[in-house]
Amino acid sequence: MNLFKKIISELNIFAQCRKYNLSLWQCPQFLFLVMGAIIIISSLFAYALGTRYIENPLLVALTIQILAGILLIIAVIIIRSFERLAEASRLKSEFISIVSHQLRSPLSNLKWTVELLMSGKLGKIEEKQTEYFKIIKENSNRMHELISDLLTVSKIESAKLPFNKQEFSMEELTKVLINEYKPLAGATNVEVILVSNKNLPKAFSDPSRIKLVIENLLDNAIRYTKERGKVKISLSQKNNNILFSIKDNGVGVPEKDWKYIFQKFFRSENVLRHQTKGSGLGLYISKEIIKRAKGKIGFDSKEGKGSTFWFAIPIK
Amino acid sequence: MKIILFIEDESALQKTVGEVLKQEGYELISALNGAIGLRMAKEKKPDLILLDLVLPKMNGFDVLKKLKENIDTKNIPVIVLTNLEAMDDIDRAIELGATTYLVKAQYTLEEIIEKVKKVLG
Repeated sequence: MNLFKKIISELNIFAQCRKYNLSLWQCPQFLFLVMGAIIIISSLFAYALGTRYIENPLLVALTIQILAGILLIIAVIIIRSFERLAEASRLKSEFISIVSHQLRSPLSNLKWTVELLMSGKLGKIEEKQTEYFKIIKENSNRMHELISDLLTVSKIESAKLPFNKQEFSMEELTKVLINEYKPLAGATNVEVILVSNKNLPKAFSDPSRIKLVIENLLDNAIRYTKERGKVKISLSQKNNNILFSIKDNGVGVPEKDWKYIFQKFFRSENVLRHQTKGSGLGLYISKEIIKRAKGKIGFDSKEGKGSTFWFAIPIK
Repeated sequence: MKIILFIEDESALQKTVGEVLKQEGYELISALNGAIGLRMAKEKKPDLILLDLVLPKMNGFDVLKKLKENIDTKNIPVIVLTNLEAMDDIDRAIELGATTYLVKAQYTLEEIIEKVKKVLG
């Protein structure tokens, strides 16, 4: 029974292709089917033409066989190269996943050890010592965020990111996150305001994933805004979607970088000048989550003036 | 004094978590692999078991299963404490009878202790 189920699952081309997170035309199993169809059709065509113009039936048969043979060799070459590509991509994702998991263990140890030391439960800590423990804590948090981002990326790429849709209030979610980012905003004198339309309907999506997107956009807006800047978040309904838009008067994105902004690990030069922290994965992850949510994401920006990032997700 | 059995192969965590639990007034028994953990649970019958999932000798899922099959240990509450966060793992542990599932990376040490206190009542 299990073997039967296994065979059926192997025959499900679309599921196999999704596993590789490849488009259908890059997926070896699908290409195998396509090449097979081409060989059959070409053989039939050759037969039809052959019997019309060639008298000797043996010669017709031979021609068809040679044609089919050549096409088969081409097919095998093409499919093998795509298979190698797909397998390399899958191994890469698996590697990232395994390494990230392995890195989490020592990081948890570090995090809790520092927490214990800073709590004073092992003896009084001098102020100067606290400063340095804070550095360890902040850097282990940075590593933790980077590992989480890498794990999210590998799940996205291996099509294993769970997405559980439910109704939730975008206004409430945004308010909670603005509150969480108050310390960061306060530290850089950035004012964050929320303007929300009255009676906004509930969004229908995965709130924990949308939370990641808002966090990324809010984090970027605050970090890349100069001192005494302003960040304005607007929530409104547009047709059958909730539109979230976040406008800052920060460093902006240079026009030459616009087409790269949602790519993995991409960080604009002007941003690197301002601060070196950040993995360059936030916008890539946000784009993939909104894609999964069947929504849209985009931005408008002017270098030196600021940016407006927005996304729209469906109402039920 | 309530007894907590901590089944975890990372000695750093045994030390850190153990120190805080002792300061909170609990008696702590340490087990560095699944097989020893299972044996300790049967022998000492603790009030709570903190269980990691990725363990040498016997993994946490097998330990959990055997704990719940044994008449002496099946009623001991088990808090799973792990870095595995896939939905499949969470579902599997809860189905096998874990009281709570905590992903280490998502909690501070203080929050873990609060959860322990809550389960022990």
